[in-house]
Amino acid sequence: MRNRAPASNPRGRAAWSGEGRDFAANRGRPLSLCGLEEPRRLGGIWVLPLLFLLGLTPGCGGRGPAPDLVIINGKEPESLDPAVMSGEAEGRIVQALFEGLTRYNPTNGMAEPGLAESWTLSENGRRYRFRLRSEARWSNGEPIRTKDVLYSWFRMIDPVEGSQYSSPFYLIRNAEAYQTGTVKSRAEVGMKASDELNLEVELENPAPYFVELCAYAPMAVVPQQSIERHRSAWLTQGQPPASGAYTLVEWRLNDRVRLRKNPHYWDAAGVKSTLIDLLPVTHPTTALNLYLSGQADVIWDKDLIPSDLVETLRKRPDFHSFDYLATYFLRFNTTRKPFHDPRVRRALALAIDKRRIVEQITRGGERPAGHLVPPGLPGYVSPPGLSVDPDRARALLAEAGFPGGAGFPKFHYHFDSRKSQENIAVQIQAMWEKELGLRAELRPQEWQVYLNTQSQLDYDISRSSWIGDYNDPTTFLDLFAGGNLNNRTGWKHEKYDTLLKRAGAEPAGPARAELLRQAETLLVEQEMPVVPLYFYAGMQIHDPRRIEGIHPNLRAEHPLRAVARRGARR
Amino acid sequence: MGESAKTQGIRAGGGGTRTGQGPWSRAWSHFWSRAPAKYSAVLLLALAVWVGAGPAWLGDKALRLTDANLSPPGAQHWFGTDLHGRDLLSRVLSGARISVAVGLVGAMVSLVIGVSVGAIAGYWGGKLDAILMRLVDALYALPSILLVIVLVAVLEDAAKASWGGSHAVEAGGWIRLLFLLGGLGAVSWLTMARVVRGQVLSIRERAFVEASRALGGGRWHVLRRHVLPQLSGVVLAYLMLTVPGIILYESFLSYLGLGIQPPHASLGTLIAEGAGQLNPIRISWWLLVFPGGMLVLTLALLQQVGDGLREAFDPKA
Amino acid sequence: MSFQQVWKRLAAMIPVLLGISFVVFGMIRAAPGGPFDTARAAVSEEARDALRARYHLDEPVWKQYGRFLAQLVKGDLGPSLKYRHHTVNDVLSQALPVSMMLGVMAFLFALALGIPLGVAAAVGRGRASGWLAESAILLCISIPALLLGPLLVLVFAVGLGWFPVGLWNSPWHAVLPVATLGIFFAGRVARLMREGMMDAFGSSFVTAARARGVGEGSLIWRHALPIGATPVVSYAGPLLADLLTGSFVVENVFQIPGIGVFMVNSALNRDYTMVVGLVLVYAVLLLMLNLVVDVAYTVLDPKVRHG
Repeated sequence: MRNRAPASNPRGRAAWSGEGRDFAANRGRPLSLCGLEEPRRLGGIWVLPLLFLLGLTPGCGGRGPAPDLVIINGKEPESLDPAVMSGEAEGRIVQALFEGLTRYNPTNGMAEPGLAESWTLSENGRRYRFRLRSEARWSNGEPIRTKDVLYSWFRMIDPVEGSQYSSPFYLIRNAEAYQTGTVKSRAEVGMKASDELNLEVELENPAPYFVELCAYAPMAVVPQQSIERHRSAWLTQGQPPASGAYTLVEWRLNDRVRLRKNPHYWDAAGVKSTLIDLLPVTHPTTALNLYLSGQADVIWDKDLIPSDLVETLRKRPDFHSFDYLATYFLRFNTTRKPFHDPRVRRALALAIDKRRIVEQITRGGERPAGHLVPPGLPGYVSPPGLSVDPDRARALLAEAGFPGGAGFPKFHYHFDSRKSQENIAVQIQAMWEKELGLRAELRPQEWQVYLNTQSQLDYDISRSSWIGDYNDPTTFLDLFAGGNLNNRTGWKHEKYDTLLKRAGAEPAGPARAELLRQAETLLVEQEMPVVPLYFYAGMQIHDPRRIEGIHPNLRAEHPLRAVARRGARR
Repeated sequence: MGESAKTQGIRAGGGGTRTGQGPWSRAWSHFWSRAPAKYSAVLLLALAVWVGAGPAWLGDKALRLTDANLSPPGAQHWFGTDLHGRDLLSRVLSGARISVAVGLVGAMVSLVIGVSVGAIAGYWGGKLDAILMRLVDALYALPSILLVIVLVAVLEDAAKASWGGSHAVEAGGWIRLLFLLGGLGAVSWLTMARVVRGQVLSIRERAFVEASRALGGGRWHVLRRHVLPQLSGVVLAYLMLTVPGIILYESFLSYLGLGIQPPHASLGTLIAEGAGQLNPIRISWWLLVFPGGMLVLTLALLQQVGDGLREAFDPKA
Repeated sequence: MSFQQVWKRLAAMIPVLLGISFVVFGMIRAAPGGPFDTARAAVSEEARDALRARYHLDEPVWKQYGRFLAQLVKGDLGPSLKYRHHTVNDVLSQALPVSMMLGVMAFLFALALGIPLGVAAAVGRGRASGWLAESAILLCISIPALLLGPLLVLVFAVGLGWFPVGLWNSPWHAVLPVATLGIFFAGRVARLMREGMMDAFGSSFVTAARARGVGEGSLIWRHALPIGATPVVSYAGPLLADLLTGSFVVENVFQIPGIGVFMVNSALNRDYTMVVGLVLVYAVLLLMLNLVVDVAYTVLDPKVRHG
């Protein structure tokens, strides 16, 4: 707070003890005012109530009817446009507003018919034919037809205005080429409407998870009328028509997102709650306090559960922990010496006691990870990976030319400045020092700068995490293919890329799984451009006696339409 | 408040009335005569000694991790421990050291800027004065907290970029601290400038200044040798009053994660940690109360001493 | 203050605001890390360039500034770079009333607590009640909002459960934040009040009233108080301004959706337009507040006009 000097008393500093009139202060004043008249009363008082009213009236905007459900969703959504949004918190809201050809089943998180009522797959596994529901409607009553689907999809891969998140579309024939400009004509892209209700999609390679991807937010159907009319303000000007279960009533930044049931939704009868508020909260303790005081019904962002309280929270019946398709790992910058040497990378990896980290620091029920792809995906088994082995680590380090850590250049461990990350960093730093005699500097950065640094490859070792977008190992393994923008390690391996490519050409089955397994083995046992640390445990807090419709599944997909609260809020 | 006769005597600014002292020493005896200021000054001195010359092992103990995570105050750890099992007493004491050091250095930066601007504006007068005061008015209108955030981020990374390489990390910590202090000082000099200007305006009319000018003293010479020494009391007073402001700024920055970096901690960082632990399930009140108490104590002492000095040296304020 | 003087003040504000906006404009752009970095899908060079082009970030700074000024004249503060569907005006219309409400309520709280406290300190000089009041005042200004907020939450929200821990949904939510913000400034007001009262006690007017035999109670409240409150009134402008700044901390601590949170986040997010817009609005508010208070003061107290 600025130390502002209080304005001086214009009457001067009279002797306060009540001694007598102070001539010095009155010098220069007209005689009539020398203390013999009553001074003017403080008429300024009336300013205060005026200010009060002035301040109150705008701030007194009504908060509207009480919501049926209040959910602490995670951080503030930057955008609810499928073409722009990037996080899970945003994805949950987008999926409530805009639906795709398929939607997620609340019980198992798998895809089920959404705007499309059925589909067929050709023999070679490459051609799909989707049939839209004739009763599908926008929230303004207009019907949803194939032209809407095609508009939305082409919008994502538009060469000029297209989205950064169009990689799911690259499964479609010529979609990537269209976006990069190699293919100019829309007719050549593998998606077309055979009529108002039938859509034909042709893929580059058989991708068994394509149907599931159709439920994923970037592939949702968005309102053409609104977007063309309002351009980038289409979400905030008026109410954008919704193709999903809810419409957007209000979006007040850092305050709340309010959703109301869409009466024209094809499954409106199955939508359980009418009015839902989603709160953006950034501090775990605040989230917990809001829940415990009854102001919120659900906390379903695991980052918002204070990790040091997990031990105690576990014992409560409203705490839910489940396997989650996400991995926490360290990235090496392989373009910098000595991290270009796989032996150095393996040495650093082998010195980390992952069990200690999950048991002492994160304590959320995470599982130490030897491999990158979390377990639980149907039809796929990962290689075991390497377990902690300090002796072997020391041997490798010596082999690489740094016996006992001698001669190892200064390096740093890079992370974003959250407390939770600092806690982990401190532990790893201690482990490397103890086992290998190497002292890493800790380098925290605020989130934006941290992201920038990582994508610029301006780090030595950086913490990272990845959440799977769909139920297939490639959502993780594709990350480290040569040209992938999310690689961010500078690592490239021909054999790895070949294995992935071959797997891509195979239909679902053991052959494909084996090829992927070989790729993962290369990644996590031999080359190690990344060190998997642990698999996330999804965590949620809600009272199972009062909240229904939230079921544990690997991708923590909990469609809002299925969630409801029983009884009054506390 | 002091004895009226003394106050009047100081205000008259001329020869001593009762005791025959000059205005400077009279001001000091005025200061020491007040009990609150006296005791506060003594305590503050003790704190300063601690800050400057505290035991070295304290720093290490503050960083040592134990397994007694989050234990309440007890025999082994008088203030309890934090999340990593670090002893809170050591952390609070070394945190106080860091906070006060940051406050002092930042205040010195603001002193240099503020005194320069204020003295020049007051002494030169005229156009220069008008421009400088207009600048000060303009700067008052800026939300300084925002500027400090941006300043620290910009300068730190720019410097690191130019340094480059593996030294960047090590140097980075120091650079950040430097820019933090510089930034904090750079947004806190406004009051000092105004006060100094006011003082210079009145000093400039005094007889001995005119005499020096008449004897041929150049502007800079007079400023340096005659005007500035007269300012020391007021400057000291406002220095004491600026330090709390800087400590608070730094605390807020640390609360946001931008101030002092882990594993070191200032009182602000400790308070932020404590605040982050408040929930009905496990109330680790000691994490908030002890660092908070230390901060309050430090601020209160500085405030008292500063007030005492201000009353002694700048009674018209 | 004549109309002419007021106009002069207003006119003088313009170069100040221009200067401020230009400085902040340039500074925030110099900060590393742009608004378009995200964790999930890395931005390819082309995509990043396209985005920058859309927001004109690839043009030289002075050109961007010119564009900004042209829009400003139309009253448009520009789009937010971080929240792509919101404009800065959206944010202001949403958040400014909240901050102002918080500020005004804290202002009233500061006065309601500070004035009596100051009077008590002045009246009780040398006695126990005076010492108590003095200590209370010292405590008020020594406990920063950063500490007081969590403390109040600890005792009243988490511990006793009387008040909610955060957000801004009902009058009940306002109690703790207003108290947190107001207590510090109540201390400042109390100090000014105390000094003012002590001067008032020594003034000829009060002495004359005392000589006339007016009772102590009336002496304090009806005679000395109106005089003694003068420094407080002249502090009103800076007080409101300081409250606006102080609200940053309180809003962050209590998760209140005011402009304080946006200010901090936009700086951290490198949301250029938002930072400049908010700083500008803040500066305008401050300058206008000071002007209003100065005008009010001269209107209300003719002695200052002539004296």
